[in-house]
Amino acid sequence: MKYVMLIFQGPALERQAALPEEEQKQVYADYQGINQTPGVTPGLPMGLAQNATTVRVEGGKTLTTDGPFVGMKEAVGGWFILEADDLDAAIEVAARVPAARYGGAVEIRPSEVYW
Amino acid sequence: MVATLDQVFRQEWGRVLATLIGFLGDFDLAEEAAQEAFAIAAERWPRDGVPRNPRAWLMTTARNQATDRIRRNRTLAAKFGLLVADDRAEVPMKTTTFPDERLELIFTCCHPALAVEAQVALTLRTLGGLTTDEIARAFLVPQRTMAQRLVRAKGKIKAARIPFRVPPAHLLRDRLDAVLAVVYLIFNEGYGGRDELAAEAIWLGRALAELLPDDPEVRGLLAMMLLHDSRRAARFSDGELVLLGDQDRSRWDTNQITDGRAELDRALALGGRGPYVLQAAIASLHAEVPCDWAQIAALYGELTRLTSSPVVELNRAIAVAETQGAEAGLRIVDGLGLDDFRYLHSTRAELLKRLGRTDEARDAYRRARQLTDDGAERRFLERRLTELAAAAGSG
Repeated sequence: MKYVMLIFQGPALERQAALPEEEQKQVYADYQGINQTPGVTPGLPMGLAQNATTVRVEGGKTLTTDGPFVGMKEAVGGWFILEADDLDAAIEVAARVPAARYGGAVEIRPSEVYW
Repeated sequence: MVATLDQVFRQEWGRVLATLIGFLGDFDLAEEAAQEAFAIAAERWPRDGVPRNPRAWLMTTARNQATDRIRRNRTLAAKFGLLVADDRAEVPMKTTTFPDERLELIFTCCHPALAVEAQVALTLRTLGGLTTDEIARAFLVPQRTMAQRLVRAKGKIKAARIPFRVPPAHLLRDRLDAVLAVVYLIFNEGYGGRDELAAEAIWLGRALAELLPDDPEVRGLLAMMLLHDSRRAARFSDGELVLLGDQDRSRWDTNQITDGRAELDRALALGGRGPYVLQAAIASLHAEVPCDWAQIAALYGELTRLTSSPVVELNRAIAVAETQGAEAGLRIVDGLGLDDFRYLHSTRAELLKRLGRTDEARDAYRRARQLTDDGAERRFLERRLTELAAAAGSG
């Protein structure tokens, strides 16, 4: 079963930047550890939400707007794909993502085949 | 005969359904199959007699129904290809070899990835066998809303693959707390006047105690529910709320008190000192004459340290007022930031009245009345206000 794991930074980036160097190193090590966890397909790190561009197509016309999709309450900071047996296994990996403990969150979505 | 059938259905529904879900991995399919098996039983048993082992009969019939359904439906057959291929359905079910899968079922229904309302509804639907309509009525929501809640919860269990299992040891404590909270929530809803829900919660509590016999908090919750419920008949007189001190003790259910105390003793013997055990101990002391308020105040103090709950502190204030006087109780009450909580104001009012501060007591009763939407509680507060006015007039 594949899960799409969305990382919401929230205040985590700022809080992490204020950490002592040793703890910052731990944050990077934790992200690396998740990327190397069996079942994980790492995504690419995402830049800041303020540099995002949102594209929608309405009536055949492409609408391009500045910024993240407004439906999102918080900007997505990153993502990865996890192959896991069940939701509990996915929750355990999500809980290891540093953003989750520095005020951000991880959203788990089961992947779906629509076509 | 009818009573026997009802009893068997009541006892066996949760187990038959749990076993089917464990086997099929599909809530809807399992529920349909179980319903069909119970319908066939309702038709045949009165005619042919109740089988020697009703549960085995129900499980075999339900599983055959599920298998038939899968075979009839090609799409489903493809989905459950493995099931048909290994022909597990052909093996007769022996009840003795079946573990009790209700435990897995209750942990699945109370999984933290589901909304609390959905946990409650799903637990009542699957383990209690209540109909969607009954649950909707008990929780005062439209039947449609409740049906959607159940469909959504079952859909998420399947789509997000919420596991059907008792969580591993390192997660068990947290997850069990959620299970107990759901049972307690059902009980509280029932305590507000919907009797069948209180009975349902006690039944679930007994099932949990049977399944997890060594957990003190499980025993503590059951003890607390039994002890509170034992006073049900005395809590209302002609539809009006009666406070503990004014209750007709002859209407307390002494058997239930004995049962509750026995559960509490077991919990204490298991070394329990958690929130439910403490609340059960308090409820047990409340049933004694005379009431040991000093001990109750001490237990509330312990409970405050565990829960940091201002509502618990409010209860401690009442116990303190009984031993050290209304002034001491009022000091605790006035330090609590619970301005929107109606019981804070009704408690304050009682204490102010005892201190002869009538005007302040009247204001506090009015504030409590403003915050109350329950009819019986509102009438109770009205009576208190009338009494206060009468006392002020005569004095």
